[in-house]
Amino acid sequence: MLQIKNLHASVGGKAILNGLDLTLPKGEVHAIMGPNGSGKSTLAFLLAGREGYEVTAGGVTYEGRDLLAMAPEERAREGLFLAFQYPIEIPGVPTASFLKTAVNAVRKARGLPQYDAVEFLKILKAKRDFLGIGDDMLRRALNVGFSGGEKKRAEVLQMLLLEPRLAVLDETDSGLDIDALRIVAEGINALRSPDRAILLITHYQRLLDYVVPDRVHVLTGGRIERSGGKELAQELERQGYVGTAA
Amino acid sequence: MTATAAIRHKPFPYVERFAALAASLPGAGHPNVVALRQAAAEQARRAGLPTQRVEPWKYTSLNRLLETDFEPASSAARPAANDAAGWTVPGSYRLVFVNGRLAGGRSAAGLPDGVTLTTLADALARGDDDWATGAASSGHPFVALNTAFLTDGLVLRVARGVKVAQPIHLLFLGSGEAGASAIHTRLVIRLEPGAGIDVIERHAASGAGVYWSNPVCDIRLSEGARLGHAKFIDEGAEAMHIAVTGVEVAADAAYDSFVLTTGGALARNEIRVTLDGERAGCRLDGLYLGRDRQHIDNTTETIHAQPMTTSTETYKGVLEGKARAVFQGRIVVRPDAQKSDGRQLNKTLLLSDRAEIDTKPELEIHADDVKCSHGAAIGEIDADALFYLRARGIGAEEGTRMLVEAFAAELIDGIADKSVASLARGRLAAWLAGSAPGGTA
Ligand SMILES: Nc1ncnc2c1ncn2[C@@H]1O[C@H](COP(=O)(O)OP(=O)(O)O)[C@@H](O)[C@H]1O
Ligand SMILES: [Mg+2]
Repeated sequence: MLQIKNLHASVGGKAILNGLDLTLPKGEVHAIMGPNGSGKSTLAFLLAGREGYEVTAGGVTYEGRDLLAMAPEERAREGLFLAFQYPIEIPGVPTASFLKTAVNAVRKARGLPQYDAVEFLKILKAKRDFLGIGDDMLRRALNVGFSGGEKKRAEVLQMLLLEPRLAVLDETDSGLDIDALRIVAEGINALRSPDRAILLITHYQRLLDYVVPDRVHVLTGGRIERSGGKELAQELERQGYVGTAA
Repeated sequence: MTATAAIRHKPFPYVERFAALAASLPGAGHPNVVALRQAAAEQARRAGLPTQRVEPWKYTSLNRLLETDFEPASSAARPAANDAAGWTVPGSYRLVFVNGRLAGGRSAAGLPDGVTLTTLADALARGDDDWATGAASSGHPFVALNTAFLTDGLVLRVARGVKVAQPIHLLFLGSGEAGASAIHTRLVIRLEPGAGIDVIERHAASGAGVYWSNPVCDIRLSEGARLGHAKFIDEGAEAMHIAVTGVEVAADAAYDSFVLTTGGALARNEIRVTLDGERAGCRLDGLYLGRDRQHIDNTTETIHAQPMTTSTETYKGVLEGKARAVFQGRIVVRPDAQKSDGRQLNKTLLLSDRAEIDTKPELEIHADDVKCSHGAAIGEIDADALFYLRARGIGAEEGTRMLVEAFAAELIDGIADKSVASLARGRLAAWLAGSAPGGTA
């Protein structure tokens, strides 16, 4: 599904990714762990299409297509989803109408009929109840005045509504209490399926108790330094390697 | 630079049409009206039009007006039945003026006792001249032109303590189809103590072509009165709209203004408010949406003349293409106006690097115990916000539209009157959808 080959990228002349290789097959969940500043968010943003990065070598293919040549909205419509580490606050845009616009934009691109307000509310209700998101939150401006935990749950809600084929979650577990973490993990697990892939970027192995990954990769200095099975996460935790750089 | 560059005023040939026209203007049979008009024409002739050497006109050129050969708009203009369709305010009392003359009926049916509506044509025909004595009667060249050439408009009086629930809705339509035409209307509002009413004033095109709208609005609010005044400038794409509004606010009275400008090749809206009694207050809010080569000028002056007066002002704009906007906001606090509070904010979103805004706040404070603030911000669409929307599958264009709408909606959400807020939302949506400015729909 996703193939990253020898990816080198820099921001403002500063090299951040230095030859990153990663293959994520359909149906699998991979975790990327690494200390702060190792380039995890940079990788996530590059995959989603944020501007400002210079790819100096290597490339990324998604379902056989050159991902880096696609506009961000095109990537989203083709099934890529990024849960932001720091979701952007957008004053004046009501959350509920944003969600409907996004879902309909993606459905349109996929040749599916548009939801009207009533249909959308029904779908929204089913997913948001599951995440414990109230009506009042959906009436507020997008992410404005949301607590840290609310922002993360809103990201998961968007993910469930957009039904991506490749979900990249950038520290969606950070700053959550144990109950919220369980809910978020449940949301992620609900998405797991043989024709989807998930890339979990995390700082702690805590989330991986709930969403058990097929592979774990360690990102340091802008490249994958080690890869292994789920037991690698526990090993890193024991050695105190991952957590201490925070 | 040539020697003529220092010229502060240029003669305006249009004034010379007054002599031939005077006998046919309403009120021509009344010596007091004739004298008033003649004095105004003389003043306008002497004043000419200000050039950009005159400070309040520094950023707005009147060359286009000077260079056009205007005729006073013809009364033979078509009635506006179709033009006015699609622009109705449920439950409002409406008057339509086409090319400066009332079109259709004027019955005051449904208006409560204590509300008097007199068209200026009627007032002039019976020799009234008290309409000319208010806040907008100062030596302003465009007020003088209006007084000299005035054809119609409205005098609205609300009696002591009468609170009118139903808004008065005035639609001014202009057309340049029969050649470049000049339209001179006046709106006079007098609220007696404790009276309250909302007025919605809209200016739009009923036909294509060049026309110049020269409206004057003269408002006097007595003690404890409240006026909500919403103005929509949706003039035609080739139109020029140069308006002067003068407001006097007595003690405990409140003037609440909202101006939305989407139309006109050149639109200048000038509002001058004097807070002339203790605790008098005003709110001046505005939204300007410009594209192509539009030039939109909002010039305001708020004079705090008495203690404990308050003013708040927020003007927001969105400009694309080669549109240019001007915001000049002056707050004057006179020596007596202790404990006054004046706040002003201007924010502009530039969607193209060829769009331009000149923003000029001015505070002139002669009292020591006052609170005054002003701020101006000019920005572009927030790249992070746009990326977030695109990352959810929303296209760049639609995402930009959403962010522009959010920027503008913040101001519209603050409008207390629901019908005004909904008209404003409709205009904003039409503008965002790219509809040409000045349509009457
Ligand atoms: N826009 C930027 N400009 C300059 N440096 C950046 C920018 N974005 C990220 N960096 C730097 O790149 C490195 C990796 O950042 P990031 O990808 O956010 O790391 P992580 O998510 O693993 O904590 C850090 O040193 C960070 O300071
Ligand atoms: Mg990060």
